[in-house]
Amino acid sequence: MSAVDLVTSGAGRRRIGPSLTTRIVIYGLLLLFAVIYLVPLAVMLLTSLKPLDEVTGGNMFALPRHFTVEPWARAWDEARIGVSDTRGISGYFFNSVKMVVPAVLISTLLGALNGYVLTKWTFPGHKLVFGMMLFACFIPFQSVIIPMAVILGMLGRLGTNLADLTGWSFGLGNSTVNLVVVHVIYGLGFTTLFFRNYYATFPSELIKAAMMDGASFFQIFRRILLPNSTPIFIVTVIYQFTNIWNDFLFGSTFAAGDSAPMTVALNNLVNTSTGVVEYNTNMAAAIIAAAPTLFVYVIAGRYFVRGLMAGAVKG
Amino acid sequence: MATLEISALRKRFGTIEVLKDIDIALEKGGFLVLVGPSGCGKSTLLNTIAGLEPISSGEIRIGDQVVNHLHPSKRDIAMVFQSYALYPNMSVAENIGFGMEMRGVAKPDREKAIASVAKTLQIEHLLDRRPSQLSGGQRQRVAMGRALVRRPSIFLFDEPLSNLDAKLRVDMRLEIKRLHQATGATIVYVTHDQMEAMTLATKIAVLKNGELQQVGSPDEVYNRPANIFVADFMGSPAMNFLRGAITRTDGKRHIALASKDALPMMIPIPASADATRLNEGDQVILGIRPEAVNDGESVDRNARSVVRFSANVDIIEPAGSDTFVVLKIGGKEVTARMRADADVRVGQSNTFALNLDKAVLFDPTTTCRI
Repeated sequence: MSAVDLVTSGAGRRRIGPSLTTRIVIYGLLLLFAVIYLVPLAVMLLTSLKPLDEVTGGNMFALPRHFTVEPWARAWDEARIGVSDTRGISGYFFNSVKMVVPAVLISTLLGALNGYVLTKWTFPGHKLVFGMMLFACFIPFQSVIIPMAVILGMLGRLGTNLADLTGWSFGLGNSTVNLVVVHVIYGLGFTTLFFRNYYATFPSELIKAAMMDGASFFQIFRRILLPNSTPIFIVTVIYQFTNIWNDFLFGSTFAAGDSAPMTVALNNLVNTSTGVVEYNTNMAAAIIAAAPTLFVYVIAGRYFVRGLMAGAVKG
Repeated sequence: MATLEISALRKRFGTIEVLKDIDIALEKGGFLVLVGPSGCGKSTLLNTIAGLEPISSGEIRIGDQVVNHLHPSKRDIAMVFQSYALYPNMSVAENIGFGMEMRGVAKPDREKAIASVAKTLQIEHLLDRRPSQLSGGQRQRVAMGRALVRRPSIFLFDEPLSNLDAKLRVDMRLEIKRLHQATGATIVYVTHDQMEAMTLATKIAVLKNGELQQVGSPDEVYNRPANIFVADFMGSPAMNFLRGAITRTDGKRHIALASKDALPMMIPIPASADATRLNEGDQVILGIRPEAVNDGESVDRNARSVVRFSANVDIIEPAGSDTFVVLKIGGKEVTARMRADADVRVGQSNTFALNLDKAVLFDPTTTCRI
C-alpha cells in the first residue's frame, strides 16, 4: 500500500454525489424524455407489423395480434408510388444510395483538403475565403433553388453538347449527378468548417517535419493528415450522410419521377389519394427511409461525440 | 571551410524586423548553440536555416551551396523538433524511414539504415511501437533517429530537451554530447537554457531582439562577455553588477564603487579591462561572477588581484554543493558562491574577497565591455 493509499483510504472517505431525491428527479426526467422520443418510433414499428384491419380497427399502442411482415414487403416492392408506379420504394432507396455515397465522400474529402489548406498552407486572405465558405452553412436553401436550377440547366446543355461531340455526357444532366453536385456544393461549408477547426489544433511541426522529409503537398495530406483525422472524418460523414439522405427540398426540386430520392418517394407514397390509406405500409416505408441514418449513428455514434469534442475544445 | 555560413541575414515579418544582420559561420563538426530569451529570434533563425521560413535578405550557405531558395528537403539538413513531431499514425520504424521512403530509397536499404540507427540509439526493441506508446526520453531518441538516418551535413535541434523533466534532460544532454563526439556531426542547437548552451556548445551565439550580441566559445562568452546583456544572461546565479567611477589615489587609478556610505570601496582596475580607454572620472560598471566573490581563505591562490573587505551576511541559500550568500557592497546586493561548509551566519560580519582576475568592466552608456 503506497503512502497515497494510506492517506485516502479509511473511514474518512465519503461518497460524493447527488442525494437520493436529486437522483430520482434526474433519472425521472431522463426517462420521461426518452419515452417522449421513443413513442412515435414504437407506434411506427407496431403499426408496420399489423395487418391493415387491425390498424384501422384497433388501438394504436396495442401489440399486433396477427404478426405480419407483409407491409414491409409491400412497401419495398409493391406499394404505389405516384400514379403509375407500383414497384415500391426499393428503386428510390437505391437512388438515394447512389446519390448519398458519392456526395458524402466528395464533400468530406474536399472539406478535408480545404481545412488542410486553410490551416497549414495559409495564404493572404485565407480568413476571408473561409468566411465566405461559411455562407453555405447559413444560407436558406429555398433562396438558391432558382439560380441553382439555371446552373444545372446550363450543365445539362453542356452535357448534351459533350454527348454530341464525344458520345458521352460525362454524367452532366443526369438528375442523380445533379443532386450530387448540389449536395457537394452546399455541404462544403460545413465539412470545411469541421476540418478547419480540427486541423487548427493539429501540430504544425508534423507538417514541417514531413516537409523536411521531402513529402509533397498531397503526400503530406494523404500520409500524415488523413490517417490522423479519423474522429473528424466520422463526424463529417455522419453529418453529411444524415443531411443528404434526409434532404427533401433539393430532391423534390431537381429530381423527378423515377430518379427521385427516397424522401420524395416516401412523400409520394404517403400522399397517394387513391384507395385506402395503408398506414402499415406507410409506416414500414418510413422506417426503411430512416434506417440508413440510424444505422450510421449506431455504427459510428461513439466517434460522433468524441469527434465533436475534439473539434470543440480549441480552434 | 565553414559548413554553415550565414551572412547579412535579415528577416522581416511585415514591418517588424525579427532578425537583424546576422553573421555566423560554423566549421565542420562544430556545435553551434543559439541562445537567448524567448522572442529573441533564435527559433526563427533556425527555421530560416531549415528553409521553413523565407529570409528577407542575406545569404545562407551550406557547404559550398547557397540554399536561400532551396526547399527544406533539398538542403541536406535534418531537424529535431521541440515536440519531436513524430507521425502518430506510423510505427517508430516507419517514422525513421519516412524520409527515405519519400526520396524513393528501396525497402531493403531503408531497413538496413533503420536498423543501424536504431542500434546506435538503442531503440531496436521499440521499432514496432507507435509514438504514443513511448516515454518522453524514448520519443526524443526516435526523433534523433529520424534525423540521424538521413546523414545530413547539418543537424538542427529546436529546444529538444525542453519537454523533458529535469533529470532526463541532463541525461539526454549527455547523450547529445556523446552523439556529437562519436559522429563528428555539425549541429545547430536552439535553447533558452544557458546551462545547456555552456555544456554542449563549441560555439555560442547569444541573441537579443533579433540582434547578435556575441559569438564565441563558451569560455569567451562566459568570461569575456561582449556586453552587460550577455554577462547577465549567461551564468546562474547571475553576474553581480556594481556601479563605480575611475579615481586616482596614491598615484594609481582605482575604481571607487558607488556607495551610500561616506567611504566608497576602492578596488584596482581588473586586468581584463583595456585601461588605456579609461579616464579619470569615467563611470563604469564592474561585473563580477558569484564564484569570484568568496571568503578570505578559499579565494583562488593563483589570483593576482584580490581585494578583501568585510560585510554583513544578509541571506544564506544552501544549495548542497555550494552555499550562496547574499551580502551588500555599498548598499548593493551581491551574491557570493561559497563552499558548502563555509562558516557564515546571517547578520554576522565576515571577511570576503573579490577575485578581480575574473572581473570585467562595462561602459554604462553603451553597456559594452571595456
